[in-house]
Order: sequence, then structure tokens, then C-alpha cells
Amino acid sequence: MKSLLNPRNAVVALVIAGLLLLPVYSAVSGNLFILTMFTRIVILALAAASLNLIMGYGGMMSFGHAAYLGIGGYAVGILAFEGIGSGFIQWPVALIASALFALVIGSLSLRTRGVYFIMITLAFAQMAYYVASALSRYGADDGLTIYKRSSFGPLVDLSNRTQFYYVCLACLFGGIYLIRRIVNSRFGLVLQGVRSNEQRMQAIGFNANRYRLVCFVISGTICGLSGALLANNTDFVSPAVMYWTRSGDLMVMVILGGMGSLFGPVIGTIVFLVLEELLSQVTEYWALIMGPLLLLIVLFARGGIMGLLGRFSRG
Amino acid sequence: MAEPLLRIANLTLRFGGLVATDNLSMEVAPGELHAIIGPNGAGKTTLISQLTGQLMPNSGAIYVAGQDITRLPSYERSALGLARSFQITSLLRDFTAADNVALAAQAHAGHSFRFWADARKEQPLREAARAALKRVGLEERADVLVSELSHGEQRELELAVALATRPQLLLLDEPMAGLGVTESQRMVALLKELRKEFTIVLVEHDMEAVFALADRITVLVYGRVIASGKPDEIRSDEEVKRAYLGEQHAVTSQG
Ligand SMILES: Nc1ncnc2c1ncn2[C@@H]1O[C@H](COP(=O)(O)OP(=O)(O)O)[C@@H](O)[C@H]1O
Ligand SMILES: [Mg+2]
Repeated sequence: MKSLLNPRNAVVALVIAGLLLLPVYSAVSGNLFILTMFTRIVILALAAASLNLIMGYGGMMSFGHAAYLGIGGYAVGILAFEGIGSGFIQWPVALIASALFALVIGSLSLRTRGVYFIMITLAFAQMAYYVASALSRYGADDGLTIYKRSSFGPLVDLSNRTQFYYVCLACLFGGIYLIRRIVNSRFGLVLQGVRSNEQRMQAIGFNANRYRLVCFVISGTICGLSGALLANNTDFVSPAVMYWTRSGDLMVMVILGGMGSLFGPVIGTIVFLVLEELLSQVTEYWALIMGPLLLLIVLFARGGIMGLLGRFSRG
Repeated sequence: MAEPLLRIANLTLRFGGLVATDNLSMEVAPGELHAIIGPNGAGKTTLISQLTGQLMPNSGAIYVAGQDITRLPSYERSALGLARSFQITSLLRDFTAADNVALAAQAHAGHSFRFWADARKEQPLREAARAALKRVGLEERADVLVSELSHGEQRELELAVALATRPQLLLLDEPMAGLGVTESQRMVALLKELRKEFTIVLVEHDMEAVFALADRITVLVYGRVIASGKPDEIRSDEEVKRAYLGEQHAVTSQG
């Protein structure tokens, strides 16, 4: 049995506590900006966690994950625009639309492997981007403003910053708990077996691609929820959320935090977005610092930040 | 004679200009241990791979208990009771020995689209894994990662994984490859036990083991069957001596 008290668990516990208490700090210090920023971090951490399910546990390098951010967002935006403001309708539609999209592109992309898989998922996401850019009724290139956030009756008020933050946090923790259950379930073991040695898994009786596809759909669905949250957060959705650089950002967050570690994507997202924020305050050429920095971490810390922390817990 | 459990009819597989399996036909009766021997590159592994579906033949057919399985994917063949071990160990290296075997059992115990319950707490699967590991003498190593097992232990685990799929036909590709003397002896003893329960196709280089274990032997050279029969018949077959046994002795006496 590994000890529960190691640097990795300590960091995770600290981050969880920090995320839970953040609105209190924001209220006491009067720092509203930090709440806004962390709402965004929590939402994108959910997207990164969903990507980690296929990348880290399923071994599928999807380069089109931002498509679901857009699909979830447009589901909310379009329904709101057409006068359907209830979150009980908007959010399920966001999830179902994302699941269907994942099902279609998954069944096509999963015929390929490696670089081809990366390219084809990228191509599908770019297709979604161009389709959204052509939706003239819904703002086309300029995007669609959402005048009223998803309404959940008297249950919660998403226009309240603190309540909205906690809704996002509940979605993140719920999503990570769900992924944790999946990873240790029958399905999850098969999935990781396929990542480890597909030939062996086929030989003992598993149809590898069926498990991959189901995983792809679950992951896309969770990311669709993240998209619905993101649209509510910005009160706006535009094709830009689906652009390929956004998919790349999500991949970097996952790799940075640690692929195949449950909490890694959360850490990766926090580090990525906080660094981006800090560096962009210092210089407008922040990307020139960020790029090499990330490269170093990826090169010298296999397993990302969580892997690095894991190394200390061995000793 | 009873219907053969395995029937191979005019199987041919080409790799470009190379004919790896050349119009090959053979039968394996239920309950027998059928050894396949032949020099390196004769096409033994290629044949096993076509039987279990990792490779697809260009022409010909494969029947298991009368059913044509020639075009079935490998996971469906596993469901029909075909199990193989790989000459070059092919395991889930980042999983424990017990997980490797339990997954094989899981594949044959209900569906795996279960997303919630902890699979490592399913007692029947753990029990099946323990039993298969015990058979091959690995019960003490159940919780060790495959990457940390010795080569010999990995060979034994290959066999345990195949056993856990509850096969009716075991296809073993050089299970003794790379084993030391004592390990080989253990493996031979184990195969003697297993042959009582399973129909076995055994590819093996160790002639002593083959002649001690086999009911029938098929000799492959350049993808073709040059002889098939009881061990005594094979031993005295002139063509086999010329094409294979003599050369093999020369090779082993050098090594
Ligand atoms: N995937 C492949 N592509 C091309 N040639 C192959 C392939 N696999 C095996 N061969 C060739 O087919 C022949 C038979 O190989 P193999 O079945 O591994 O022989 P054996 O197991 O009897 O030593 C060899 O000449 C080998 O080089
Ligand atoms: Mg071979």
C-alpha cells in the first residue's frame, strides 16, 4: 500500500481546498478578478479532464477536442436565442449534441491510428469551426451574444458569480469522480489494456474499437458540458472557441498536468492559465516565453507535474 | 474418425514475393497435442497468427469444429475458444500479472460495458486469475508489474493468460523460447498436465520436448507441409531428416 501522505496527495488536497475556498477569499479581499479567472479555469479544467480520459487512459491523441466546447456552447446560445432559456432543456441538448458529434467523428476517425488520427480529429473540429462561421442567423463569424444565462428556476441563479462558480466546481468534481469510477471499472480496465497492447486485448477477446468509441463519446459528452458552462460564463459563443489552437491548449494542459493521472488536468489547467495571465501582464510576447517553458516541462518531466510530484513520493 | 477440431484447407499467405504459407492443409483432432516443427522462417508463427486472426490469409480456409472462421476478427475467435501464446511476449506491461489474467477472464465472463463498479473487486475474476496463475506457478507474483517480471515468468504468464480465456484449443508459439534448463523442465511438466484438458497446437524448437509430448507432428519448410505423422514416423522420415532434423542437429551442436 502506498502511503496517503505524499507530496502528490498533499498538492491535490491543497488545490481542492483552495478551489473550495476561493470565493471566500475573493469576497474578503474584494478581488473579483480572481473569481472570474478561476471560474474560467474550473470550466476548462473539466474540458481537460475529459480530454485526459481519451488521451491519458485511452491512448487516443485527439486534436479536435475544442469542437465540443463549441457544440455545447452553441446548444446553449442557439436555444437561448430561440427563446428557450431553461437549463433543463439547454444542458441536456448540449450533452446529447456533443455525444452525437463524438459518435459520428469517432466512428470515422477510429479507423485510423497515430498521426492520421490526430489529423482527422483536427480536420473534423475545423469543419465544425467553419460550419459555425457560416451560421448567419446566429452571428456567423462574430458569434452570438447570450442575453440570459441558463435558468434553473429557484434552484440556482447562474447570474450570481459565486453560485455560478460553485456550479462549475460541482461539475468539475463530479466529472472527475465519474472518470475515477470509469477508470477503475471493467470498461476502464479494458480501455487501459487497449492503450497498453491492442493486439493482446483483441487476442483475449475484446473488440478494441468498440471500447475506444464509447470512451470517445463519454469524453466528448463531458466536454460538451464544459462548453455549456463556458458559454454561460462569457455570455457569448463564437466559432473561435472551436479553433484548433484551443484544442492544442487543451492538449498542453493535459500533458502539463500529467496524462493518465486523475487530477493532473486540473493542475495543468491552473498552471497554464495562471502563467498565461501573469506573462501577458509582463509582455505582449508572452507566448515566446510560454512555448519554451512548456517544452522544457514536457521534455524533462515525463508524466507532467503529477509525475514530477510522484517522483518525490517514492523516496 | 471424429470431426477434427481444427481443419486448415489450402491456406496461402504471401508477403510480397515471399510465400510464408504455401497451400497448407492439416487437421488437429480433439484432445491431441499436435506439434509443428520446422526451421526458422518456415512460417510457423505466421500460421498461428492466421489461426488466431492477427493475420488474414490470401486464400484457403480455417474451420474450428466445422465452423468457417477464416475471416473472423481475432476477438471473435477468442469467444469460440481459440487462445494463443505469443513467441515474442505480448502482455500488458504496465499492469500486474493478476490484472493481465483477470482481464482475460473478464473477456469471457459477461460484457465489459460496466462503468461504475470497481473491476478489481470482482471476486470471481480475481479467483479465476489466481487459479490460472497458480497453475503456471506464478501465484506468489500476482501483484508484480509485468515489466518487473523475469523473462521466464513472462513466458509463464503468457500461458496463464491463454488459460484464463477458458479455451478449447490452445495455440502455443514456442513457450520454451529463452527459458533456462529448470524453467524448461517446469514448462514441459506443465504442458504434460495441460494436454489432458486441452487440445494443443505446439510450435517448439526443443526436439526433445516435442518428441516427448506430441501425439502428432507436422513439419513445415518454406510454408509447406513436408511431413505429418506420429513422432516415430517423423523421426524416421528421410525427407524430414534431410530438410530439417539433420540441419537442426548441426545447428544445436554448434550452439
Ligand atoms: N509481417 C511480415 N512481413 C513480411 N514478411 C514476414 C512477416 N512476418 C513474417 N515474415 C516472413 O515470413 C517467413 C515466415 O516467418 P515466421 O512465420 O515468423 O517463421 P517461423 O515462426 O517459422 O520462424 C519468414 O521468412 C519471415 O521473414
Ligand atoms: Mg516463430
